[in-house]
Amino acid sequence: MSFYDEIDKYSWDAIQNDIASKTEQDVRNALDKEHRDVEDFKALISPAATGFLEEMAQKSMKLTQERFGKTIQLYLPLYLSNYCANNCVYCGFSCKNDIQRKVLTMDEIRQEVEVIKSYGYKHILLVAGESKAMADVDYFDDVIKYLKKDFSQIAIEVQPLEQDEYETLQKAGLNFVCVYQETYNKDTYPKYHPKGKKSNYRYRLETGDRLGRAHIHKFGLGCLLGLEDWRTDSVFTAHHLKYLEKTYWRTKYSISLPRLRPSESGFQPKSVISDKEMVQLICAYRLLDQEVEISISTRENRVFRDNVIRLGATSFSAGSSTEPGGYANSNPELEQFSIDDDRTPEEIVKMIKDSGYEPVWKDWDAAMQE
Amino acid sequence: METLKIADKEFSSRLFTGTGKFSSNQMMEDAILASGCELVTTALKRVDMGNTQDDILKHLKAPHLNLLPNTSGVRNAKEAVFLAQMAREALGTNWLKLEIHPDPKYLLPDPIETLKATEELAKLGFVVLPYIQADPVLCKHLEEAGAATVMPLGAPIGTNKGIKTEELLKIIIEQSNVPVVVDAGIGAPSHAAYAMELGADAVLVNTAIAVSQNPVEMAEAFKLAVQAGRMAYEAKLGKVCEHAEASSPLTAFLD
Repeated sequence: MSFYDEIDKYSWDAIQNDIASKTEQDVRNALDKEHRDVEDFKALISPAATGFLEEMAQKSMKLTQERFGKTIQLYLPLYLSNYCANNCVYCGFSCKNDIQRKVLTMDEIRQEVEVIKSYGYKHILLVAGESKAMADVDYFDDVIKYLKKDFSQIAIEVQPLEQDEYETLQKAGLNFVCVYQETYNKDTYPKYHPKGKKSNYRYRLETGDRLGRAHIHKFGLGCLLGLEDWRTDSVFTAHHLKYLEKTYWRTKYSISLPRLRPSESGFQPKSVISDKEMVQLICAYRLLDQEVEISISTRENRVFRDNVIRLGATSFSAGSSTEPGGYANSNPELEQFSIDDDRTPEEIVKMIKDSGYEPVWKDWDAAMQE
Repeated sequence: METLKIADKEFSSRLFTGTGKFSSNQMMEDAILASGCELVTTALKRVDMGNTQDDILKHLKAPHLNLLPNTSGVRNAKEAVFLAQMAREALGTNWLKLEIHPDPKYLLPDPIETLKATEELAKLGFVVLPYIQADPVLCKHLEEAGAATVMPLGAPIGTNKGIKTEELLKIIIEQSNVPVVVDAGIGAPSHAAYAMELGADAVLVNTAIAVSQNPVEMAEAFKLAVQAGRMAYEAKLGKVCEHAEASSPLTAFLD
């Protein structure tokens, strides 16, 4: 039993129609409930909820503050490698793209770490293109062991791994794994992911199950907003979240909301999600789930990030570079995508404090998973 | 009011607080000072134990404040015991609020692992204050295992729902040989006063203070409520009657 069996219960078209048929009364009912389910979530992200946005935002702020307090956690991505065996049609790292490739040596990682530490970071997210040949479990194991003394929370966003591989990395100090499904649409998924291990929809979908069985502490899920109809994909994400929370109840969950941006491949999103709809979606996730962490990256612009702090976000990156080696020796030819909010960590910390929130650098301890 | 004794320490304040969820560490310090509390719990996951300049610890330097590190985030006894030993070495206190909640959603304490860890930590010389369900039998087991207090929840942590476990708390208070600290779910000063009136030895309040519009004033409100509740308990509350006493007793004809 995995989410692959569970997802069979839902039809993409039926969910899309459900969302479209939601009325203002459905939204009202959802807002008036104490505990909401995925049906309510459909109403809250539907076009019928447009007129309720301010009320959603107020409720979302209250729920978030009750659970997380007036705090925002800070983390930084460290790009280890841009080698990739996949050919995702929307991604700058696609193996079809003729770009410079690089995988960081331990020496280069040391240089990156010096810069990252100087910013004050204690939470780090290791990112790599999906290439087992260039960056495998042994490589990640070495890197995590090396980073453990300097960082209190280590996360990875790399190719999906086997359960025993996750267990190995957890012993090394891994706390948090992000693997995004990109789209839950089984029929169109192969069109966007034609080559490499990522073309296997089922293997990627079942990553949450493998992580849960490996007792990894935190799992980050999400879809690439805009690849397919963002509303329908978000409902599948919500179903996935609820399934995981019930099945792997020891695990913490985090939602990411990457919007598709122009990249090297010049791919155009199928359904563009506006700022207003992004706010609606963030609030709807919070109204569905008071406990889930919501991470907002530097893909978003500064005005949006300044305002979304109060709306339900719990985690921010700041001063990010999306190229391997970019902190110590910048070379934009290597980057995955260009970031929008390019303020320094110092500037972001000031903005968070000015908003009446406390920036949290440390919310985990390596000693907690010995 | 009687002072409260836990292990070798005496407390004149029966309000304990925490450091989480404040909008700044300065706000946290101001609220904690306004609350008059003498025991403050902080999550070890938030503290940089190797760093003497840690910003949370820097704001807890007032001489009347005792630090109560907690193990929030650990999932079993083994992790809790390991973390406790690290904390004792780094922070120089053998006091520990034991929190083992393998469920990150409702953060409900695991009774089996908590009992196991309490036994081990008490043997290792820790003053253990375990956060637990309002389960009277578990409380007796913990007492026998060497817990310095029991800390049953009033409602799930962070919910502000008040004293929902009232009937069980009454049994725990009646039966306990160690102080009973009502730990979670207290959302308003009236809830805190009520717990004290029931005979709880102390209450621990965090979210309701930290997340209020004015944490400093709310901290003071809790301070007064806890004092009022304790005074009322010591002064002995009148009995609650469903109806007025009969003015002509049925047995008067016997006199």
